[in-house]
Amino acid sequence: MGDHHHGPAKGLSRWFFTTNHKDIGTMYLWFSFAMFLLGGFFAMVIRAELFQPGMQLVEPGFFNQMTTLHGLVMVFGAIMPSFVGLANWLIPMMIGAPDMALPRMNNWSFWILPPGFLMLASTLFMEGGAPAFGWTFYAPLSTTYAAPSVTFFIFAIHILGMSSIMGSINIIATVMNMRAPGMTYMKMPLFVWTWLITAFLLVAVMPVLAGCVTMMLMDIHFGTSFFSAAGGGDPVLFQHVFWFFGHPEVYIIILPAFGVISQIIPAFSRKPLFGYASMVYATASIAFLSFIVWAHHMYTVGMPVAGELFFMYATMLIAVPTGVKVFNWVATMWRGAITLETPMLFSLGFLVLFTLGGFTGLMLSIAPADFQYHDTYFVVAHFHYVMVAGAVFSMTAAVYYWLPKWCGRMYNENMGKLHFWVSFVGFNITFFPQHFVGLSGMPRRIPDYALQFADFNMMSSIGAFIYGASQLLFLYNVIATIVAGQRVSDEKVWDGAEGLEWTIPTPAPYHTFEVPPKIEASHA
Amino acid sequence: MPMRLSANPSIDTAIKLVAVTVAMFAFVFVVMVPLYNVLCDALGINGKTSGQAYTSAVSSIDDSREVLVQFVATNNERMPWEFRPSVTMMRVHPGAANDTVFLAANPTDAAMVGQAIPSISPARAAAYFHKTECFCFNQQPLAGKDQAELPLQFIVDRDLPADIKRITLSYTIFDVTDSVGPQVAAR
Repeated sequence: MGDHHHGPAKGLSRWFFTTNHKDIGTMYLWFSFAMFLLGGFFAMVIRAELFQPGMQLVEPGFFNQMTTLHGLVMVFGAIMPSFVGLANWLIPMMIGAPDMALPRMNNWSFWILPPGFLMLASTLFMEGGAPAFGWTFYAPLSTTYAAPSVTFFIFAIHILGMSSIMGSINIIATVMNMRAPGMTYMKMPLFVWTWLITAFLLVAVMPVLAGCVTMMLMDIHFGTSFFSAAGGGDPVLFQHVFWFFGHPEVYIIILPAFGVISQIIPAFSRKPLFGYASMVYATASIAFLSFIVWAHHMYTVGMPVAGELFFMYATMLIAVPTGVKVFNWVATMWRGAITLETPMLFSLGFLVLFTLGGFTGLMLSIAPADFQYHDTYFVVAHFHYVMVAGAVFSMTAAVYYWLPKWCGRMYNENMGKLHFWVSFVGFNITFFPQHFVGLSGMPRRIPDYALQFADFNMMSSIGAFIYGASQLLFLYNVIATIVAGQRVSDEKVWDGAEGLEWTIPTPAPYHTFEVPPKIEASHA
Repeated sequence: MPMRLSANPSIDTAIKLVAVTVAMFAFVFVVMVPLYNVLCDALGINGKTSGQAYTSAVSSIDDSREVLVQFVATNNERMPWEFRPSVTMMRVHPGAANDTVFLAANPTDAAMVGQAIPSISPARAAAYFHKTECFCFNQQPLAGKDQAELPLQFIVDRDLPADIKRITLSYTIFDVTDSVGPQVAAR
């Protein structure tokens, strides 16, 4: 690298004014980890209250605020920004681009996030309390019967929606215009592919969410009646609009996770990914199908039978491309030279537990059966298997996998493995019993429960405390690595790793690929 | 050659994507909401009955068949009116016009405006339940301590599927005194 390369600016202004994709990626990752801890703290309050039947620690109203904020902070504050951070760090390095296509907008899309979440968190201290209507904020609970702080919630959603849209536009513009010569679409690493498709989903549905909360705002303050039956509106309309956003949203969360797993499993199996093209097509199919299945979240609103059948079969259809992915990952490992470093452990944990979550999803897709499962802890167990063991495990795997590349230091492998096993055990103790209490009828979002659920709930709470504590181990390991980890200088930190990001020096210099790399004619 | 909106290809992509964003935001208001209402009206799903009086030609009466029509009245939260059907059920022949009244009384001292919202169960029957006159088409003002008989006239369509032998017509009455304004849709 010549001396005309300027390094990062000094002091705090580096972080405020930076347009460097690596700096912005780092800020996204730290911000999302802070939100992960905050949302985790809310979860600990929930599990502490549910440790025993009866009202123990908090008021029911506050309990509802906790479930609401836990969901909102985890979905919009922890998982989504963490994958945007990963995209910022990796996409330019994976496609041989010097930076993101729109660096100044990149700075904005990060820096409007903290004020947005500050606004959301500040509702906790407002009169009437924070939003308490669940992360799905169904009207009229979130309009007619909401605390006054709902207006701040609406603006917070607007802000973080804008952030997501700007981030997505940037990713699409980068992937479409900044690929190194010879990096054709079908040579892109799968992580880039899944993010490209995710970004299109975001651009399509975040405006729908914005429209949804805008209608709430108008109903609350401007006398319209979109969701109010008295004025000719319909509360069921809210659910349709929300889930038209909400179902693609769950794929927005999981598709980048698929991308991460598709990078890591080949690296530690020392084999190329099995069925690359089918992975791309499966991802695109899942994205398309996500737009036509939304009403499976609302089987119980009283839809015509034809509607229930359509949404049931369309939902089941998603199992096909998802199955293609799972089988491809397994086939990638088949006869590979597998080693079990921490990233691979988390990926395998993902594979097993996400598949379990997929199966319970299939159970929930069956309309007649869903009438029993609807709004029970079975649903809670299902989506934590896909959100936590899916998205969060893969995100954790990604941090362990790329951290040595980012900072030129190796994490403590033993501590990483300990983190995995404690997480894995803690997670399953937390959420596996929730299947049982759900099937026997324990409703979600309830601060108290019937006595027969006491033992399983105590197990769940103990598991949650274990899982929560293991994240502090993760935090410690990451900080210890950055500060004093053993230095690594190999370009390829992992001997099985493939891709352009492993051809640049370690640690990754502040500026990379200012001269586009040469892409081999063969498949990368 | 595709249309270029900027010499910088990245800016070009960004402008197009912003257009998509704006279009999707508009889509919610100009497509999703109206389409939902149109579909519910047209297909009678969601138990919604038509908001307008039925004006088709009188058809002949099907004496071979009887349908039980039940009436339910519910007060929305905080609505203090007494609101009930004068009869709780009627046996009717498809094709015949039937009359009944609901009774409303305002026990408070203040003048209030109520709005009744209908719902049909089973929802499938909604498209075959025609109201030639209904108090639910309009808002109902009632002075303090006043009471009123609210008229309802309906015809059950001769094409009502044979397996439907019982129809429940439910009204929920809402207090719209505070929000009465020209923008409130009259049903």
